Amino acid sequence: MTEQSRLADRESVIQVKKMNKWYGDFHVLTDIDLDVKQGERIVICGPSGSGKSTLIRCLNRLEEHQEGDITVNGIELGDNVKNIEVIRKDVCMVFQHFNLFPHLTVLDNLTLAPMFVLKQPKREAEATAMKFLERVKIAEQANKFPGQLSGGQQQRVAIARSLCMNPKVMLFDEPTSALDPEMIKEVLDVMIELAEEGMTMLCVTHEMGFAKQVADRVIFMDAGQIVEENEPHEFFNNPQNDRTKLFLSQILGH
Amino acid sequence: MTENTNRARPISGPVLNRSLRWMRDNLFSSPINTVITLLCVYIIWNVLDVIVSWAVLNASFGAAKEACEAATGACWAYVHDMWRFLLFGTFPADQHWRPLLAMVMLTSGMLLSMNRRFWSPWLAVAWIVGFIAVYFVLRGGVLGLSPVRTAQWGGLTLTLVLAVVGIAFAAPLALLLALGRRSEMPLIKVVCIVVIEVFRGVPLISVLFMASVMFPLFLPEGVSIDVLLRAQIGIIIFQAAYLAEVFRGGMQAIPKGQYEAADSLGLNYWQKTFKIILPQALRLVIPPTMSTFISLFKDTSLVVIIGLFDLLAATRAAVNDPMWRQQFIEAYVFIALIYFCFCFFMSRYSAYLDNDLKKSTSH
Repeated sequence: MTEQSRLADRESVIQVKKMNKWYGDFHVLTDIDLDVKQGERIVICGPSGSGKSTLIRCLNRLEEHQEGDITVNGIELGDNVKNIEVIRKDVCMVFQHFNLFPHLTVLDNLTLAPMFVLKQPKREAEATAMKFLERVKIAEQANKFPGQLSGGQQQRVAIARSLCMNPKVMLFDEPTSALDPEMIKEVLDVMIELAEEGMTMLCVTHEMGFAKQVADRVIFMDAGQIVEENEPHEFFNNPQNDRTKLFLSQILGH
Repeated sequence: MTENTNRARPISGPVLNRSLRWMRDNLFSSPINTVITLLCVYIIWNVLDVIVSWAVLNASFGAAKEACEAATGACWAYVHDMWRFLLFGTFPADQHWRPLLAMVMLTSGMLLSMNRRFWSPWLAVAWIVGFIAVYFVLRGGVLGLSPVRTAQWGGLTLTLVLAVVGIAFAAPLALLLALGRRSEMPLIKVVCIVVIEVFRGVPLISVLFMASVMFPLFLPEGVSIDVLLRAQIGIIIFQAAYLAEVFRGGMQAIPKGQYEAADSLGLNYWQKTFKIILPQALRLVIPPTMSTFISLFKDTSLVVIIGLFDLLAATRAAVNDPMWRQQFIEAYVFIALIYFCFCFFMSRYSAYLDNDLKKSTSH
């Protein structure tokens, strides 16, 4: 496939080997192997409780894994706090509930981390922030507070906030699930644009249209395991595993 | 308010009409409401009658003590005679401008600090300089001011010093205790829990008593720490223990997503705490924080048991003055008003600040 060849000679950004995670006795992730190439767009889907959010949350250490190795940009992700800090600069997360800082203006939400983590001067951070706010088509809201924006606008601000950190990888944790239907498109449009510009993305979502349009690979998870992965055309038209077939019939059936 | 707007009556017509309508809607809307309204009016009338005739109608306002003999109500000449003693205690009479200046400095400092425009690290520096200045104004011994021992500081001056210094130091200490209690480092966590629980577990009186009586026993021979300073430290730690739990409650109310967003942007612990969590957490706990400050203000009156001469102690001494028949009601009403003015003001400020911050971050 052309998609595969596009990525064939790229370097891996994230490598996950035999990763296991438990919540107490509950085995939430089992033997996860995952290799993410530079510029690759991956959509992760699966029934709720299948561990897909937990998987991407492990990739920037919002959750700890207990067994196996996660390597980001060649840096081992473990208990070492310095490593975690370095990796978090490169791997940003967009959350289901946006998690903007409600006490700061939109602009301050965007400039805070660049100023304190990347030590950018205020003026430079603000210029970058305005550039990305324009890109997500929301520059006129820069001086408002998050509480004054709609859900779709807030999520676009959250995406811009991540972009300001100039990340190598962006993780999306169900970015449209908390939105009213009429606002989903404006967020997906921004994500599609990002994908087309070559951003490395891992996206947990139920938006199968988005998966078909931009994904290089679709991963199906169930019960803490990667059950099936394939490029989107094959994945949707010719699923191999019974659980995948059942899941697809449920979400595409109506 | 909402009930009123729900009825959506047009607001028009002469004022009298409107107020009559308001009374009909709110006070006489049903037979039961009418009965309750009339009962309340009756009670209020009787109480007001007693208060007004005592404090105003039958009172004597002259400065002369003799006028009081005839009056059946309050004798305000007494307060006229005693106010200096209530405000300054036993501070040398010819030096009264010094405690007055100290009080002006403390209250104006508080008033300025209430303005959000002045909130910056410089404010803390200004307060420390201010405290040093207040200390030397009261203590003297510099710039040709005669020295005055702390035992002679008293009255409202002492109450204000204890309260303002108490608030200014209890708040940051409480913040450290609250952060420490949430810390993942076991030693720090245990120390903070012990301090908080021990000081919350005993009455302030026993803290003050220990500070005044027991603490000196542990000091080496010849070393002594001023009793006022010991009491002040006791008050600070005691109130900080309470306030720490208030702050901790605020931090726990911040959604997990805020911590995660800060983490995923790469902010470190201190950046996350001071830029993201505390600004939101402290906002949430403005009302209970102010409650703690108000109770701190009033609790300073407990220093009387270790021989310090605050506003309440001065009042108790004043009512025992043999020059007067015992005018204790006037004296206590007077200082109750002083306490009330300060506390009510703090309470209003808390409500204002709460509202103002909410308004500035939403519609």
